[in-house]
Amino acid sequence: MQNHMGHTLSQKLIATHLAGDGGDVSPGQVAEVWPGDLVEVTVDLVLSNDVTAPIAIREFAKLGVDRVFDPDKVVMVADHFAPNKDIKSAEQCLAMREFARAQCLPHYFDVGRMGIEHVLLPEQGLVTPGDVVVGADSHTCTYGALGAFATGMGSTDIAVAMATGRTWMRVPETIRIVYYGQLRPWVGGKDLILHTIGEIGVSGAVYKAIEFAGPAADDLSMAGRFTMSNMAVEAGAKAGLFAVDDTTRSYVDARTSRPYSVYEPDADASYAREVEIDVSLIEPQVAFPHLPENVRSVTEASDVWIDQVVIGSCTNGRLEDLRVAAEVLRGRQVHTDVRCIIIPGTQQVYLDALEEGLVETFVRAGAVVSTPTCGPCLGGHMGVLAAGERAVSTTNRNFRGRMGHPESEVYLAGPAVAAASAVKGRIVGPREVLH
Amino acid sequence: MINMTGTSRKFGDHVDTDVIIPARYLNVSTAEELARHCMEDIAPEFASAVKPGDFIVAGENFGCGSSREHAPLAIKGAGIACVIAKSFARIFYRNAINTGLPIMECPEAVQGTEQGDQLTVDLGSGTISNSRTGHTYVTSPLPPFIMDIVAAGGLVRYTRRRLEAHSEVQV
Ligand code: SF4
Repeated sequence: MQNHMGHTLSQKLIATHLAGDGGDVSPGQVAEVWPGDLVEVTVDLVLSNDVTAPIAIREFAKLGVDRVFDPDKVVMVADHFAPNKDIKSAEQCLAMREFARAQCLPHYFDVGRMGIEHVLLPEQGLVTPGDVVVGADSHTCTYGALGAFATGMGSTDIAVAMATGRTWMRVPETIRIVYYGQLRPWVGGKDLILHTIGEIGVSGAVYKAIEFAGPAADDLSMAGRFTMSNMAVEAGAKAGLFAVDDTTRSYVDARTSRPYSVYEPDADASYAREVEIDVSLIEPQVAFPHLPENVRSVTEASDVWIDQVVIGSCTNGRLEDLRVAAEVLRGRQVHTDVRCIIIPGTQQVYLDALEEGLVETFVRAGAVVSTPTCGPCLGGHMGVLAAGERAVSTTNRNFRGRMGHPESEVYLAGPAVAAASAVKGRIVGPREVLH
Repeated sequence: MINMTGTSRKFGDHVDTDVIIPARYLNVSTAEELARHCMEDIAPEFASAVKPGDFIVAGENFGCGSSREHAPLAIKGAGIACVIAKSFARIFYRNAINTGLPIMECPEAVQGTEQGDQLTVDLGSGTISNSRTGHTYVTSPLPPFIMDIVAAGGLVRYTRRRLEAHSEVQV
């Protein structure tokens, strides 16, 4: 009955991963799935971190299985509270390390080789187009930028996926968001996704997938696309996908020789909703506390004095983000009342930033540069806020208490606004700093 | 399933996982320890006032934010018998099912309930009765596949049983 209808990207990716007993497909026929179907799928990669792995490992032990389904496909990253911030964090990392060793996991990343998971995995070539990836971290949806179906789950789900290589999911409806027009200077992926969340709201895509499309989305670099897919979950989405193009291929081909499959949404696919956004109207954006949907243009943020700036995280901790920050900070000084903390997403980003002279620019400007860690993004360490303090952060969540005391405030922005605000001591756009 | 009776603890929309259990406490993972800090940033009195068998009654998008399973664990550890909300964030929804925290989606019941109301909930039939107003609300049942997981006592027991029954499921 639905044969005449085309398929979204999510439908195609899920259909290609139906577990053996999941479909009734004869040879030569292609499996189909439709929004609302509950299906069991095979997974290509299973991720967890130092916060979620300990629970997953505990639940794994209860399954009566000795080995993970495929050591090559189970990834663990010590990034949230690592380098260990206290004894309890050290014990969590230890539990993960011991499991990784016992299971001989080649993709276990500890301090010195680790990075923030969602910057690290694509950089290491561990995710390719066409994959289905599940992770015990809500920002697993970042890999949608590579044309993979990637979604966050809890630790128990991940325990089962580690044991069986399978998971259950409900096939999502899709919201298609089409971006067109010419980006203004200093506007990037972060501004587009903040603007989008401001439009559709933090529950605008609950249970759904988002497809990011249109000429202005095609123009984005991989860094900009990762930032957008990363924050799909801030609109409640299960996944945030881009179709694969030459930008994706050159990024992936430089990192892995693993063969991969490319799927495109059908022209006649049916969408729950279609939204068009003219990017030429968008100024640098800021999300005010305490929800990512409280978005305004930076020019509407007058006289918000700040105490701290954080530039980093799985949203904006890539080399390109640091380059933007350096462009603003070069030859300038961080305001005396501001602590500016810059965190490269991975060891590789750190090294590249060193070689390009970005780290020197930051240190000369009076910023500090940290080893890769989630740290302040979730109020863990390396920049926790006191009561009444305000931060501009390139991270993805400004919930109450997210970066420290429940009476502190987090303003979300891209690296250009964050760096400019660090110089001025209040929230401003880069043009106010560069004249 | 037997009727559960308890007091409503009311919350608004978009109660996120950072307020259910702030990240600063994520370096522990037992339900009892987590429960002590449940909701402390928006309702500091919650953890000490809550009684076993109480219900959380909340608005839209309950549990939005991170994938931390610590959130349903903290709520369960606090003794909450069931979370009734207008809607749930999807990862929280999965985590609640997987960890055996009963949840119900029922906007009308949330609308008609005030802080402190006595509710009687029957998970099996999906009904919620409010003794103050005399109203009874009926929710749509969970899909059968998810009911199977709940009936087995969570995803781990469900999977274990399946693995034992069909060793060929193992890859
Ligand atoms: S950087 Fe922040 S949002 Fe990203 S994985 Fe780490 S804690 Fe989560």
